[in-house]
Amino acid sequence: MSAAYKKTLLDPLFESNPIALQVLGICSALAVTSKMETALVMCVAVICVLALSNVSISLLRNFIPSNVRIIVQLTIIASLVIMTDQVLKAYVYEISKQLSVFVGLIITNCIIMGRAEAYAMQNGPFDSLLDGLGNGLGYSAVLMATAFFRELLGQGTLFGEVVLPKVSDGGWYNPNGILGIPAGAFFLIGFFIWALRVWKTDQIEAEG
Amino acid sequence: MRHDALYTILFSGAVCVVCAVLVSSAAVSLKEDQLRNAALDKQRNVLFAAGLADPAEDLAADQVQGLFENIRPVVIDLETGQATDIDPTSFDQAKAARNGETSRVAPPNRASVQRLPHHALVYEVLEGGDPSLAVVPIEGYGLWSTLYGFLAVENDASTIRGITYYQHGETPGLGGEVDNPKWKAVWQGRKIYDESGVPALRVIKGAAGPADQRPHEVDGLTGATITGNGVTAMIDFWLGEHGFRSYLANLKERQAR
Repeated sequence: MSAAYKKTLLDPLFESNPIALQVLGICSALAVTSKMETALVMCVAVICVLALSNVSISLLRNFIPSNVRIIVQLTIIASLVIMTDQVLKAYVYEISKQLSVFVGLIITNCIIMGRAEAYAMQNGPFDSLLDGLGNGLGYSAVLMATAFFRELLGQGTLFGEVVLPKVSDGGWYNPNGILGIPAGAFFLIGFFIWALRVWKTDQIEAEG
Repeated sequence: MRHDALYTILFSGAVCVVCAVLVSSAAVSLKEDQLRNAALDKQRNVLFAAGLADPAEDLAADQVQGLFENIRPVVIDLETGQATDIDPTSFDQAKAARNGETSRVAPPNRASVQRLPHHALVYEVLEGGDPSLAVVPIEGYGLWSTLYGFLAVENDASTIRGITYYQHGETPGLGGEVDNPKWKAVWQGRKIYDESGVPALRVIKGAAGPADQRPHEVDGLTGATITGNGVTAMIDFWLGEHGFRSYLANLKERQAR
């Protein structure tokens, strides 16, 4: 794989992470991260939708009339999201119930619209596929890290398996209540952004 | 890129047609699996309400069938509370409530129930051939959505075994906490009716204390006052004179004999 492709795929992980740098898609990052299982399914759903929407919009980019392009993009994204939701309901019903409205809300996830408009409209299908996968993975990295800490410290479990036995179940661990609620995700994402900017100082915005 | 109006209209039309075909073919081809999942989920929730299965465990379809062997679905007449000979496998209560011939306009109620069916599907949990528990469906409006669930009542016609909601659209983390196992556990042992036989159970603000001291109160959910009021209202309505009260009275009588 050439260096340019690699850059397209891997840059969104840390260099231009959609959540940490562009601060997009925060809503779902707060909502579905109380457990790793729901977060994982959400990540897979977002990666699929993002990759497919980027490819389809890139294929159509020379035919989409510019005055209706946002509507066309949204129609394609909405169709992909509805299909994803149908597949989840058919094969992982329990999890789709827990994700409830948030799968449908992938439509309004700014990352997907943002990549379609900023990347897929200007680049070829293969580049767009990599860009979609990369941004999906960047989103997933933050989501999974958030879910890891929220589930471990908030409930003492990982993927539902007990790691830190809770006091209420006869163990020794006293769960941290704030990580159980969505506000906890705000703090965690704040810490991630901080850590990332300590590591990559060029991401710090100029002051004043 | 500039295009004339005709091109724009044709292009938009084509995109819509292609997307519509994709979405509807996905919906149609997956419908069977989705319906089977929904039916299985409902059966699972009957088991959860009755305390026969732990929601934390994954129950396979055949395990659900196995546990359901001791459960008798019965279609009852809501007014008399007697069992009818309507086949429970083909009875759809939601459909019956929509049909003018099999339902009536519901009396005014705070649960926002519009139409009341003449018949209802209940599940009797059998112990040595006799019903030890009745699992009755309840529904009503919370903050954003109608909540659909089951309430399991012991055959003394007042003591609650459990509650569960299988469908709702309340705010996750607030009203959505009706799914929280800890909250559901609070219901066990509470009493529905007061001495005069009127539903007296309330979702209150704050913690309710142990069931033997506060039999008619259930802990409120933080940040979900309106959902809690909705839960109170649907207990009031569905266990009241228009709901399952006469059925539960019958059930109790059958045990006494």
